Amino acid sequence: MSLDVRAVLAVSLLSVGAAAQADESSVTLAAGEGVERVQAYCAMCHSLDYIVMNSPFQDRAGWDKTVTKMVKVMGAPLTPEDSEAIAGYLAANYGKPPQ
Amino acid sequence: MDRRKFLLKASGTFAGGLLLPRLGLGAATSEGLPAGTIASSVLDALPGKRPLIKRTFRPPNYETPVELFREAYTPNDAFYVRWHSAVPELALAEWRLRVGGPAVRQPREYSYEEIVRKFRRAEVAAVNQCSGNRRGLFAPHVPGVQWGYGAMGNAVWGGVRLKDLLEDAGVTAGALEVVANGADAPMLTGPDFVKSLPMWKALDPDTLLAFEMNGAPLPSGNGFPARIVAPGWTATYWIKAVTELTVSDKAFDGFWMKTAYRVPKGMFGDSGFASQDTEQNSPITSIKVNSLIVTPAPGATLALGRRAEVMGIAWDGGSGIRRVEVSLDGGARWREAKLGRDLGRYSWRQWRHDFKPQAAGPVTVLARAVARDGAAQSEKLVHNPAGYHHNVVQRADYHVA
Repeated sequence: MSLDVRAVLAVSLLSVGAAAQADESSVTLAAGEGVERVQAYCAMCHSLDYIVMNSPFQDRAGWDKTVTKMVKVMGAPLTPEDSEAIAGYLAANYGKPPQ
Repeated sequence: MDRRKFLLKASGTFAGGLLLPRLGLGAATSEGLPAGTIASSVLDALPGKRPLIKRTFRPPNYETPVELFREAYTPNDAFYVRWHSAVPELALAEWRLRVGGPAVRQPREYSYEEIVRKFRRAEVAAVNQCSGNRRGLFAPHVPGVQWGYGAMGNAVWGGVRLKDLLEDAGVTAGALEVVANGADAPMLTGPDFVKSLPMWKALDPDTLLAFEMNGAPLPSGNGFPARIVAPGWTATYWIKAVTELTVSDKAFDGFWMKTAYRVPKGMFGDSGFASQDTEQNSPITSIKVNSLIVTPAPGATLALGRRAEVMGIAWDGGSGIRRVEVSLDGGARWREAKLGRDLGRYSWRQWRHDFKPQAAGPVTVLARAVARDGAAQSEKLVHNPAGYHHNVVQRADYHVA
């Protein structure tokens, strides 16, 4: 067990009793190029755990499809440049690992 | 990204480190879920609910931990919550139900008091199961809410027959579908969550407009003050916080009917919803026969030479459960489990099986249900793009010592 994992485990054990008070501000995304756009646009309609939950099994084409659905069906107000940056971030940080 | 790197990133998902899913959520019931799902899930209590497994905060998607399925009826405060957009908060005194549309003779509007005064009370015990229950267990994974086993529950639903409401308004000969809309509204310009039922299902005496579950008002998370109860059909049709019923002479073509909640044509049999079938696909409708091992929790230690009892539940889309079989030898021999009381054909049925572990080491219990219509659980996952109808033979691994 690495030190990092042990540290997380220790914090988790302490906080089990307080787990009933969680809210979406507890969700943080990996730092990376484009994360600000993801936080600004995706969180307009849903908590960001949707992203983490749906990982790491979608490749770039899969994340492109998701972003396209958010724009075309759900009405996300993204420019093509936003969509490109957001899908790029998702694939790089929450994408399917190379086989 | 290698696995270790991913785990490190995932471990930073919650600033407060509120969870390690292995604690409280059960390592065994997380098995098969995507790593990101495990990392981002946490036990959390919505108002009026006990802690459930949070999959997403907003809109709220929370599932029931498997150990709470020990009870015949799922307590209201333990019942799973699933929304496509924000939960509407309605006051009963202001709530109205409008019944209208091109295939209705006399459009009506009712208050709660008018409905309970005018129509006979009806009840049905029924499993409410999200279409995507167990989606998270699909291999390969498919996008969507990554549910484990708990996007379902069993309750006694109380209200009035949808049929009685529709007949009061007068359904014309051209009626094809009843379109149900709730008070929830889409974010931005997205499609409103609206679903339709074929007339035969809407007029079925077991299809209700329910105000109660398990003898108490519906919690807001489960559709207060009124929801559709379409027993035997997946929960996508059980519109919550319903305010409007439109009887239509045309097939409803909203996004959530026409595009979403679809299965490839013929993959799961006849949909029973001809007006919504296309050349390529059909709407998901009837729940497939299924079972779940509830106790002991997978991973538990069983005492060598002492009686062990495996308990579970089994259900289908309304034919009822004929038998549940259990195997302790990897599927070579199957024994019939003892079925619990029959609570109605739409309810799940409890089952139990006793055995004495005779050898120390690992033991695997398999369980499969057969419905009264002859349908049996799948040996292998029937993979489909939206991740529906996961009903493979169940497996729980234990350790004997």
